[in-house]
This record gives sequence, structure tokens and C-alpha cells, in this order.
Amino acid sequence: MPRVNDGGSARRRLRASRMGSYLVLCAWAVVVLVPLYLMIVNSFKSTSDIFMSPFSFPKNPVFDGFRMVFEEGHFLLYLFNSVLITVLAIVGVMLLAALASYALVYWDVRLARAVSLFFLLGLMIPMRIASINLIIMLKGMGLLDKLLGLLPIYLAMGMPMGVMILTEYFRTIPRELVQAAYIDGAGSFRIFRSVMLPLARPAMATVAIFNLVTIWNDLWFPLILIRSEGQRTLMLGVTRLFGQFQTDWTSVLATLTLATAPILALYLLLSRQFIEGLTAGAIKE
Amino acid sequence: MTQTPGMARSGRRSPWGVGIYRRPSWFLYILPALAVYVAFMAFPLLSSLKLSFYSGSGFTLDTFVGFDNYVRLFADADVAPRFWGAFGNTWVFFFVHMLVQNTLGLMFALILSDKRLRGAGFFRTVIFIPTTLAIVVTGFLWKLMLDPNFGPINLLLDRVGLGALALPWLGLEETTLPIISLVSSWQWVGIPTMIFTAALQSIPEDYFEAAQIDGASGWQVTRLIKLPIIVPMMGVVGVLTFTGNFNAFDVVYSMAGANGAPNYAADILGTYFYRTGIAGKHPVGIPDMGLGAAIATVTFVTLLAGVMVIRRLTMGRK
Repeated sequence: MPRVNDGGSARRRLRASRMGSYLVLCAWAVVVLVPLYLMIVNSFKSTSDIFMSPFSFPKNPVFDGFRMVFEEGHFLLYLFNSVLITVLAIVGVMLLAALASYALVYWDVRLARAVSLFFLLGLMIPMRIASINLIIMLKGMGLLDKLLGLLPIYLAMGMPMGVMILTEYFRTIPRELVQAAYIDGAGSFRIFRSVMLPLARPAMATVAIFNLVTIWNDLWFPLILIRSEGQRTLMLGVTRLFGQFQTDWTSVLATLTLATAPILALYLLLSRQFIEGLTAGAIKE
Repeated sequence: MTQTPGMARSGRRSPWGVGIYRRPSWFLYILPALAVYVAFMAFPLLSSLKLSFYSGSGFTLDTFVGFDNYVRLFADADVAPRFWGAFGNTWVFFFVHMLVQNTLGLMFALILSDKRLRGAGFFRTVIFIPTTLAIVVTGFLWKLMLDPNFGPINLLLDRVGLGALALPWLGLEETTLPIISLVSSWQWVGIPTMIFTAALQSIPEDYFEAAQIDGASGWQVTRLIKLPIIVPMMGVVGVLTFTGNFNAFDVVYSMAGANGAPNYAADILGTYFYRTGIAGKHPVGIPDMGLGAAIATVTFVTLLAGVMVIRRLTMGRK
């Protein structure tokens, strides 16, 4: 009899704790989703509608905000600049980090291990510490206030994490594969291109996603290095538009919605890879 | 490394005979990555540390001044109060994250790692959404939410009869920094959640089955099986929280401006560094790069020291 009782109360306790779990999760989901809901929904309302009833769905949607963003602000220009610099930096990081990692894994000398460590050190150090000298350097190179001046910075910034992820991944690839290719007469670059790169696709995806999110969302380096309107990235543009539209909440919210949409859409499509990539990038050490 | 390197070497390079693995040409693969990394990270970092001992005008720092910048930073009547204010605020900012973000993250992870929980995937996706947003977007969005006149939060508080709580949250010196820290915790809680979840899911299922057979209570399972896995992860999360927050800038810049308004109540090292070393003080607008480099160096040293202390604390247990 006591056994039955125990089982029953244990089950009841389990059910109660599960109820509690759902309560916590649902409450947090509300805290996360409501601000985003308000951002998107209100970007389709007139400013007076936003102030009167921010929580309701737009009855007669207006597109003035989006029109303002495209016509008054240089949104498309900012977007183009961000896409350009992000794509260039991601491709660059993937390529350079993959080449280096390949050698760091197979080059069997002490120097290679020292270089690996040297790259790993960069994981713990925020690049912003170097800002003062970066400004002076870029000015000397004539790259200050130039979109492309961001490229070497983003390449350097992505390198430690890229090298770490890719060396770890290359180590899991059986050496026999490489030896077989070598015996078949493939040179080391051929082995890299036709054996290593295709195999490294999942690790490359992690590197790409981490850099995509950090570079796309970066405000610091554009803010300290770029002034001209034509060179601005999206996030720098957003800060500008936020100031320009001020009390015109429709336009402000349209700006925020548009700036968020690309990454948010990608995230919803590939949420597992995003979570993996960003967490791996965060842990780093 | 000490024992017979020749053995290890020949073992590695078999069956090729010739050591393709030892050819110097491998270095060419490393060179591009290394060059970019040295030129744009290692070198400017060390130079920035060096520049903290120099002074000058504009972009040319050519006068060696010894520890002058540090003396000004720590003791000058005009400079030091701002620095110490920002330094203290950065600690507050960090501790709110430790307390709120990491506790929530641990709680979510304990819930989400239950394999029988339905909808775990959905909640995981939701919890992580803010982490993918740009910090500026998060900051601006919450600034609007908290607007004292038109913000939906105060509107809601008014409607449910809590009008007394409808404060200008970002306008009061006492509330602005905690509120900004909470917004930032809202954004980054996904990271500790995922780290703890991954750690908990690495526990083999039979441990739980064995515990169940032995009649262990839920609390016993948590304390005896889950906690030993979680504690070392707390070190990782602690280090991450520390480096992330001592380096923060965007969220304060977007919610409280470059001055950490009102009255520097939300000013942290990131915004102070930006004002002093890069933007230049209003209204002159000429940056003091030597002083800025000193702030960066102090941040850097604090980071290193903090990371070592956290490491020591959490590793010491093993």
C-alpha cells in the first residue's frame, strides 16, 4: 500500500513540476516575443495608432514607415555595404583559416604547435582593446573612413575562432584518407581542395554563421572608423536613422524591423546551426 | 615530448618514408592567416598598450610621458571621477548578468534538458532569438518600450492599475543601469542556457535510471548527478560573462547615449573609452588617444586578472 501511494504522489509531484516548467518557459517566451511582436506590428501603424493601442494588430496597415526608410534614409545603400563587407569577410576568414588549419594539423613541427597556441590566445582578447592603434594604422594606410578598411579588421577578428574550429575538425579526419590521396599522386594543395574542403563543410558552416552574426551586427568598428554617408554599414545607418526619425515611431520601428529581418529569417530557417555556431563561438576557449 | 622524439616522428610519417609532414612549404598555407592576424590584431593590440605611455595631439602620439596617463586616469580631479564611476558601473553591469542572466540560463537548461519535455525545441529557439539580434537593435527597441510618455510598458502598467510603477526607467539615476543590464541579460541568456543544456545532456541516461531505481528524489538527482557537471561549466560561463561585459558598449550607447545618461549613471568602461579616446569630449571633439590607450590597457589587465581569478575559483574544486 505505501508503495502505491508513493508512486502516486511521485507522479503527481512530477506532473506539478512539469506544469511549473511550462509556466516558466511560457512566461519567458512572452517576454521575448512581445517586444518583437510590437516592433513588427507597430511598424505598420501610424504614430498616433501606436501610442493609442500599441498591442493591437494593425487595422488598416500603413507603409509610410517603410517608404520613409527607403526614400528619406539611405537604407539600401547601408544594406548593400553591409552585405558586401560581410560576404567578403566571411569568405576571407573561411579561406584563410581553412588553409592555415590544414597546415597546422598536418605540419609536424614544433613551430606549428606554437602558431596554433598563438592563434588561440586571440580568443580571449577582445579586439576593441586595439582600437586606438587600429585607427592610426588605417589612417596611415588611407583606409580610414572606407568600407574596405573594415575588411582586414574583420579577417583578423574571425581568425582565432576560425582556426580553432577548423583545426579541431581536421583532427577528426582520418589520416589514412590524406595518405591514400597522397599515394594516388595528389599534391598537398590538391588534397586540401578535393579532400579536406568538401569534408569540412559542417565546420565551415559554423565559422560562417558565427562571423555572419558578429560582423552583420557589429557597431563598434564602423562607428569609430567610418564617418561618410556612402561608407556606412547597416547598423551604423540604423543609429543614424534612429536619431533622424526620433518621434516618428512608425519609421523608427520600420528601420529596426528591416535591419533585423534578414538574420532573423535565416535564424528561423537554420536555428540549430545558429545556436551551435554562436555557442561554439562564445565558448571559444 | 621528452621521450624518444625519433620514434614518434617515424611513427607519424610512415608509410611515406619521406616526411611530407615536415616540409617547410607548409608554412605558406599558414602565412596569409598569420599575416592578417599579426598585422591587425597582435600588433595593434601591443601598440595600443604602448601608446598608453605617450601623449600628443590628434593622431600623432610622439611624446613619451611615462605613467602620466595612468596618474591622470586614477587621480586627476577632472578625469578620475569619470573613470572610477565607469569602472564601478562596469562591475555592477557584470554582476547583474551573473545574477540574472546566468541564473535564468541555468534554470532554463535544467528544464530544457528533460528529454521528455514536449516543445523543448520551440522554447530553445525562442530563448535564443535575442542572441541573434544586433545589440543596437535590442537597445533601441527596449528604449522605445520603456519610453516614459508613449512606451507600451508604462501604458500596460497604467492599465493594470500599477500606474505608480510607470516610472521613467531610463531617466532615473538609480534605475537606468540595472534596467540596461537586464535588457542585455534578456539578449544573452541564450548562451548560458545552451552551454548548460549541452553539459546536462551529456549525462548518460542510465545514471538517471539508476537513481530512479534507488528511489532518489528530484532534488537528490539534481544535487548528486547534475551539479557536478554544472559546476565546471559555471567557470566557462563566468569567464564568458566577464569578458563579454567588460568589453560592452553597444547596449549602453543605444539606450543611454555615449555619456551613459542621466548624469553618467550608466557610463561604463566601453562608453568612457569611446568618449575619451575616440570621439573626443563634447564640445571640443578632440580625442585624447593616450588617455584612451590607458583606459584600454586597464580594461585589458582587468580582463586578464578576472579571467585568471574565475579560472582558479572554479578549477580549484577538481
